[in-house]
Amino acid sequence: MKKIINSKENIVSEMMDGYLSAYKRYFERVPGQQSAFFFKGRRKNKVSIVIGGGSGHEPLFIGFAGKGLADAVVSGNIFAAPNPQSIFETAKAVDEGQGVLFLYGCYAGDNMNFDMAEELCEMEDIRTGHVRVWDDCASAPKERIESRRGIAGDIYVIKVAGAAADAGLSFEEVLRITEKARDNINTIGLATSPGSIPGLNKPTFELGEDEIEFGMGLHGEPGIERTKMQPAEKLVKRMYQELSKEMELTKGQEVAILVNGLGSTTLLELNIVYHDLDKLMKADGLIVHDAEIKNYCTCQEMGGFSITILKLDEELKRYYNAPCHSPYYAREAIEA
Amino acid sequence: MTHLNIQQTLNMIIAVCDRVIESEPLLTEVDRQIGDGDHGIGMSEGMKKAKTALLEKASFETVNEVFKLTGMTMLNSMGGASGVIFGSLFLGGVKNLEPSSTLDASGFRLLLRGALDAVKKRGKAEVGDKTMVDALEPAVLAMEASDTDNLVALLEVASEAAQEGVENSKKYVAKFGKAQYLGERAVGHQDAGATSVSIIFKAMHDYLLSVA
Repeated sequence: MKKIINSKENIVSEMMDGYLSAYKRYFERVPGQQSAFFFKGRRKNKVSIVIGGGSGHEPLFIGFAGKGLADAVVSGNIFAAPNPQSIFETAKAVDEGQGVLFLYGCYAGDNMNFDMAEELCEMEDIRTGHVRVWDDCASAPKERIESRRGIAGDIYVIKVAGAAADAGLSFEEVLRITEKARDNINTIGLATSPGSIPGLNKPTFELGEDEIEFGMGLHGEPGIERTKMQPAEKLVKRMYQELSKEMELTKGQEVAILVNGLGSTTLLELNIVYHDLDKLMKADGLIVHDAEIKNYCTCQEMGGFSITILKLDEELKRYYNAPCHSPYYAREAIEA
Repeated sequence: MTHLNIQQTLNMIIAVCDRVIESEPLLTEVDRQIGDGDHGIGMSEGMKKAKTALLEKASFETVNEVFKLTGMTMLNSMGGASGVIFGSLFLGGVKNLEPSSTLDASGFRLLLRGALDAVKKRGKAEVGDKTMVDALEPAVLAMEASDTDNLVALLEVASEAAQEGVENSKKYVAKFGKAQYLGERAVGHQDAGATSVSIIFKAMHDYLLSVA
């Protein structure tokens, strides 16, 4: 595996140096923290949004701080949650006395480190809360929703939370709306080929040349079914059916769609995915409010894609429609 | 041998660091079977940082400080589930132990009982959940069941119990971490965290043998 790196010890710190040097007009490093930064142009006197997780999934998380998005990002090592001290320092750097809301994917490591960070915040009288994103409906049954993983659904949760915080809502309201967004999002993925752990010359899993796996996790966690490769139309249909059943989608439901590439799948392919998805949604009478097709949440050169559906109501739409900007994720306001 | 002085305690922990660092490829391979393969690099990086911090400080007033610095460095350099859990392994028992310039058998028992309680509280895992508790709990229980004051003998039973725990972990379905999504498919594979615990106990036992 050819990776454009220097030494494996410095992968994350050099990545952060590169990003923060290039985009210095937007971001500043949290004092004393190599892998945490805040958005310089963030609005003041509002609830602060801090996001984070393991590195290696870019543009998540580093690409989702900015106008109308998160106020700060704290990154861990490759695929590993950030440590409690770095999360705490990041929260302290952006706290405006209105409370800090942590958003992260539901993984054991993230849950434990963010919980410890919240304990550290509590000792300094910083009000905190958290929303764990568990959108991957292939990762555990609905009855064990807290065992589900967070994947590309993170993006829409961050988007809505950022807009709700920017609107100057109270901590309780930002938390409630963010949880509502989280509770109306599901994602299912499909893997065509493995990613790698930078610095280790090994794939994250093995998959036959002619095989795909439905529901496979971003780190190669096994999914729900492994089959032979099929035409896009068939793959998309299977995934859409899972989501439709899970989310009880009915005619007239307004939705926002995210077709996310996992790393090495091309935009050409992702747009074909959307072509097939759109037909299925039209046939079911869904109203697509908005859709996006790009790489948002990846695992290095992993092949495959995920489909995320956000069910919208008038309240969520208001925050979904708000404009946002970061170097990796920018959107004009959507007129209501 | 009935007790370690501060320098010996420091040397023992550095030997533990070295052993875990050497074991990176093994831990990566074990974790890659049922996890995401990051355990080896995480443990090795954490132990490298801990070793550096220990060597830089060099002079300690109590054995407690040796464990505290090791745990804090791991907690705040590794991240991930391993950072919290393995940080707690070194940190969790420090408060149980009266600040002391020596570490004897009862000190080992107190330290590791505190570690086990902290790890279980933080991770909410029990034996049988396919986590590092599968190795840690039997090791601690074996130490508590033994009334020896000979450190070599004490760590020998602990190390054997930990290794047995690693073997037992193969039988379990995972309830935590990324392996939980595998269900029955995780059976037959040993837990990476338990493997690390066993390596740590073995390294402590080997160090004691070398100085006894």
